[in-house]
Amino acid sequence: MNRDNPPLLEASNIDISFNGRQVLDQVSLRVHRGDIVTLIGPNGAGKSTLVRIALGLLKPDRGHVRLATGVRIGYMPQRLNIDGVLPLTVRRFLTLAQRCPEAELYTALEEVGCRHLLDSPMQSLSGGETQRVLLARAILRKPDLLILDEPVQGVDVNGQEDLYRLISQIRARHGCGILMISHDLHLVMSATDEVVCINRHVCCSGSPDTVRVDPSYVALFGRAPLLTPYSHHHDHAHDAHGNIILGPVDKQGANPAGEHSCGGGCNHG
Amino acid sequence: MDDFLLRALLAGLGVAIIAAPLGSFVVWRRMAYFGDTLAHAALLGVALGFLLDVNATLGVAVVCLALAVILVGLQQQRRLANDTLLGILSHSTLSLGLIVLALMETLRVDLMAYLFGDILAVTSTDLWWIYATAAIALVILIVIWRPLLAITVHEELAQVEGVPVVWVRLALMLLIALVIAVAMKVVGILLITSLLIIPAAAARAFARTPEQMALIAAVIACIAVSGGLWGSLQWDLPAGPAIVVCAATLFFLSPLWSMYKQRRPLPG
Repeated sequence: MNRDNPPLLEASNIDISFNGRQVLDQVSLRVHRGDIVTLIGPNGAGKSTLVRIALGLLKPDRGHVRLATGVRIGYMPQRLNIDGVLPLTVRRFLTLAQRCPEAELYTALEEVGCRHLLDSPMQSLSGGETQRVLLARAILRKPDLLILDEPVQGVDVNGQEDLYRLISQIRARHGCGILMISHDLHLVMSATDEVVCINRHVCCSGSPDTVRVDPSYVALFGRAPLLTPYSHHHDHAHDAHGNIILGPVDKQGANPAGEHSCGGGCNHG
Repeated sequence: MDDFLLRALLAGLGVAIIAAPLGSFVVWRRMAYFGDTLAHAALLGVALGFLLDVNATLGVAVVCLALAVILVGLQQQRRLANDTLLGILSHSTLSLGLIVLALMETLRVDLMAYLFGDILAVTSTDLWWIYATAAIALVILIVIWRPLLAITVHEELAQVEGVPVVWVRLALMLLIALVIAVAMKVVGILLITSLLIIPAAAARAFARTPEQMALIAAVIACIAVSGGLWGSLQWDLPAGPAIVVCAATLFFLSPLWSMYKQRRPLPG
């Protein structure tokens, strides 16, 4: 959107390796205000590592992360495991790092559709509710940049659509930039402006429509069916036993691979 | 009441009041084994205290702190699993302490008193140490309560939100080291962890907030100390173990409260 303004977050030429294994190789990334940028890639592609570097939780071996001045980050971690032995309500959870007025708590929970949970114990929440409460805690910080690590994890397909819609609404209402990780190949496409497909290096990036047909994306994920935004959609059917029968998704074949150039250690194409 | 009994009771209550709230964090953060390791290292502190002719409490606090810092350093390496690391340090420091004590020929140490506590032998100097340490530790705990709770729930989230994680974690270790140094007199090195975790675990059934749990844990610890001392007086039991058994009894009774509360709303 505001491509002329400096980006909220700019990571350039990030290299990092653990125990001699290169995890990220010359990865660059920008997030502008008002944009939703989604990182996708297979397991072990370095998505979470990149996000942790962007958050300042990890130092890259080489490369820089620059934040625009005064940027506040709201972070939604991938997993939240609160031991049952810790008595903690949603209210306390939301105000752990900063006190805030009651009214703001209500507004934030209202926004994510969880106002009725204010005094529930954290451990009693379902997967989807936990994700929403985490989102509420991120919003409470009035962030300029939201960083979401697999925001729909542990949520069923319908819930995932709702969550992605919610994330779009938050972007529209707060005008923040959003960087998120997704495992999901189809649903997220409709809720993002830019997709960055990584597998240790950036395989391809651009609008969802460009990435969808990019040979390196297809090599990694196969060809995805076209989706209209927010429609309820199944890409598979179930047999009598409830097992999944793959429908239109063509996982193998249809692969004009090897067209993109990539560094060493790349296990596709 | 006899003087030595009063001193024993005061010492026990002083330790209970700080050990139980701190123990809540040990339980929440699953650090029971860590507490055990520091406690075992305390014997080395005692030995060094004799060797260098300084107060044993001070020796223990210094050794525990040093070990805590070494542990944090070793944990950064991520070569060995945490419990392996703790096991190695726990037993090697305990053995080292036993060896150093044995080598000091001029000194006959009542080892049992250090291993299982000797609360009936508490002096008024000990009492001063206990209450000064407990007061300092309580103040620190109250100051870092919020950030400590934040990193207990999710460390990275807290860090992104501006909590100085490393400092808070170090402060927690300092507190545990201090409490071990004073609790040693009451229940002994081998039983200290129980004073940290049993009252906290028992308090879970009654608490609805973290603060409630810490307060109730302190109350339960005080009851355990009083009950254990009473049992020790009544039946001539060893005081330290009697306190631990009393705390454990309260822990095993605590689920009854949850059951009672769950039954009440039912009609009929």
